[in-house]
Amino acid sequence: MNPPIASVHGHATERMFWTTMIILGIVFALTHILLFVYSYKYQHKEGRRAFFFPHNNKIEIIWTLIPAIVMAGLVFAGWKEWSRIMGPAPKDAVVLEVMGKQFNWLVRYPGRDQKLGVVNYRLIDATNEFGFDLSDQSGLDDFVAPEIHVPKGHPVLLRIRSRDVLHAVYMPHFRVQMYAVPGMPTKFWFTPTKTTDEMRAQTGNPKFNYELACNQICGRGHFAMKLNIVVDEPDDYVAWFSQQKSFSEQNPDILASFKQKTNKLASKAAAIPAAAVVPAANASL
Amino acid sequence: MAANLSNQAQVQGGAGVTEPGISHNEHTHHDEHHEQGFLSKYVFSTDHKTIAKQFLITGMLWAIIGGTLSSLFRLQLGWPESTFEWLQPVLGKWIEAGKLNPEFYLALVTMHGTIMVFFVLTAGLSGTFSNFLIPLQIGARDMASGFMNMLSYWFFFISSVIMFVSLFIETGPAAAGWTIYPPLSALPQAIPGSGAGMTLWLVSMALFIVSQLLGGVNYITTVINLRTQGMSMSKLPLTIWAFFLTAILGLLAFPVLFSAALLLIFDRSFGTSFFLSDIYIAGQALPNTGGSPILFQHLFWFLGHPEVYIVIMPAMGMVSEILATNSRKPIFGYRAMIGSLIGISLLSFVVWAHHMFVTGMNPFLGSVFMFLTLIIAVPSAVKTFNWLATLWRGNIRFTSAMLFSIGFVSLFIAGGLTGIVLGNAALDIQMHNTYFVVAHFHLVMGSSAFFGLFAGVYHWFPKMFGRHLDEKLGYIHFWLTFLGVYLVFLPMHYVGIAGFPRRYYAWTGFDTFSQFANLNKFISVAAILAFFAQFVFVFNFFYSIFRGRRASENPWNSTTLEWTTPVVPGHGNWPGAIPAVHRWPYDYSKPGAAEDFIPQNVPYSQTQSSNLPYEKEME
Repeated sequence: MNPPIASVHGHATERMFWTTMIILGIVFALTHILLFVYSYKYQHKEGRRAFFFPHNNKIEIIWTLIPAIVMAGLVFAGWKEWSRIMGPAPKDAVVLEVMGKQFNWLVRYPGRDQKLGVVNYRLIDATNEFGFDLSDQSGLDDFVAPEIHVPKGHPVLLRIRSRDVLHAVYMPHFRVQMYAVPGMPTKFWFTPTKTTDEMRAQTGNPKFNYELACNQICGRGHFAMKLNIVVDEPDDYVAWFSQQKSFSEQNPDILASFKQKTNKLASKAAAIPAAAVVPAANASL
Repeated sequence: MAANLSNQAQVQGGAGVTEPGISHNEHTHHDEHHEQGFLSKYVFSTDHKTIAKQFLITGMLWAIIGGTLSSLFRLQLGWPESTFEWLQPVLGKWIEAGKLNPEFYLALVTMHGTIMVFFVLTAGLSGTFSNFLIPLQIGARDMASGFMNMLSYWFFFISSVIMFVSLFIETGPAAAGWTIYPPLSALPQAIPGSGAGMTLWLVSMALFIVSQLLGGVNYITTVINLRTQGMSMSKLPLTIWAFFLTAILGLLAFPVLFSAALLLIFDRSFGTSFFLSDIYIAGQALPNTGGSPILFQHLFWFLGHPEVYIVIMPAMGMVSEILATNSRKPIFGYRAMIGSLIGISLLSFVVWAHHMFVTGMNPFLGSVFMFLTLIIAVPSAVKTFNWLATLWRGNIRFTSAMLFSIGFVSLFIAGGLTGIVLGNAALDIQMHNTYFVVAHFHLVMGSSAFFGLFAGVYHWFPKMFGRHLDEKLGYIHFWLTFLGVYLVFLPMHYVGIAGFPRRYYAWTGFDTFSQFANLNKFISVAAILAFFAQFVFVFNFFYSIFRGRRASENPWNSTTLEWTTPVVPGHGNWPGAIPAVHRWPYDYSKPGAAEDFIPQNVPYSQTQSSNLPYEKEME
């Protein structure tokens, strides 16, 4: 049945899901009982006439209103929950970026400054898979990770991108799903409630891992775009976070090439005679 | 107006009123006026009944192909670890070392969806019965434009040929899902299936849309202009109301898909960026910026959602008719039934974005579309309760058509209810693109539309071919199919609730999903058996055309006009004058009447004993 829940909003949607299912179950059972009972009871008999009953406005109104009222209740409950889930993430949320590509996921953390650096898809190559633009200061401490680590009990904001076709970030245990759209960053925030170890104990499966799956058809490897998610105790998360090496540190040659570019630009700017700048300065006054 | 005049003239004086420009109502006996050759009678026929049969048989061929494809991918899903070397002779290079090629798996699901939704349940269902029943039930000699009607079929035929050819090309058929979302469908370097296969898909779909529009314009015009004397809109059988509204939906929605397809062709071939932006693929960054893949989804679902109602509404209309006829009882709440059809039609245009709750569009839009989506449950519920009320205290004859109609109601309830879960955006976060969705729409618009189609064929077969389908085989077909459908799609809900994503070639890569090995095997076995059960129907159909029990003019003691024609109506439908209509189509079991049905063309003056107070004043 439903995968065990590991996020705060998951509990709310789970309750709503089963409430809805119970209502549906009752309706399904009632209508089917009627369908089969009527079919059995009113079988053709020689000499009997069916009851001429073309319409009855009162009955019609009753069974228009009842579904309408039930639906109104469901809409209201759903709308409240939906607005809460889709609302702005708390300011102190842990931010990380997940980028889909054919056929795996790439993860980027903002580093100590909690700011994701600028990336540009035109800079992507075999080593610079994210397209880091290292002339931007806030990107210098960003690091990439082979799997997602998030702290338990702390809101997490996923920033989601794709660099080729549509993908969808799907984490069944956290009740999280959001498309990864090329050219249009999306986001989803949630609060994990159980660490991986706790879930292993609960499910009795020592190999249990939270999994991120792709849920939008993207080609040959669609069914195997798996990424592990590790929910740590906050202390463990901090320890893990501090051990990570930033992308610029690991790829000094890329950093150097950006430095060269910036220096070139700076020297070009310096070469322009000051007199040429004056009219512009005047104009801005 | 002129057509009406000539119709009335015929009602009064039979043949012989010649209105300039109104050609097809001029003759009562077309056949006497000009000999029809084989080609003009059976191939390039302008007769709506022949065209209907062409649609039906083409649809059946497509259904067999679509079902075969589904059996293939169900094999893969049931036994992802097995080898399928025995399929090598059939599939050739798509079996690699005994394994189904994952690209080809995606092509299978894509083509299965495309074929079933468009070619079988749109062309095969509404193409068949709108063509067959509209002129017969409204009292017209033929469609408003027989030639356009013929074109409508042949455009469909060409579209079919192109789609069929695309199954056999080197790079494989389209493989981006039947929803062909770009960038996957827009970039040939993304998957092989986005090469020539996708081009053919788009060309075929463009021709298919032309076919639908030609048909739709014709149905609408015919219903509006060519009704016989006395056949006001409030005396139309519900089938015609359903076909009429379906045609309007198609007319308004299909051009939007056409525009989406056109823009996609531009993006694919001419370097535009309607749906493309910031893409790095196959080792290079593309120059496209500023487009939005989500724009395509809006355009696609603006057709796509009305499309599911285009599929289901004709089935609803026919089921209403068959339930009333075989319960020997008026359909309960005739006006409410028309009202709910109109309501569903209107609402179907304003719910498209419920397919896109988690695409990253504005959550406020999500709220609006959730509200509109759940409203649509109300007219659907009204229809369901009215069907149940029609059965209540009836005098039910269980013909095969009746069984399939009752089956339709059951499947429509089962599938419709799960739509309430999916329409709730907060729950859709978990359910979107899982097998829960697959199960939902296969019940509510796949299987139940098929049941409507079967019910229609069993019910109107005598009018088409002058013989009955075999009832025993019909019963066998019904029970196997009914049980099969539930055994396939109920477990699918369960798999979906656990989060198993659709369009997965195998579930072996994920611990979360691999707990369903046995359930998937079970679904696969049931699906393949249910598919093979359909050959009972295929055999019954072709056998009965030649060997079935001969039918009388009105075998079901029905009230509507098509049963006032000869056993097999000729060209022009009625040998004499077109009957005039006096009453609504559901006078079954009227107290005081001699028989338990009074046909629409019987005037009130002949039924003094059963007239209701207000009807006495009508004559």
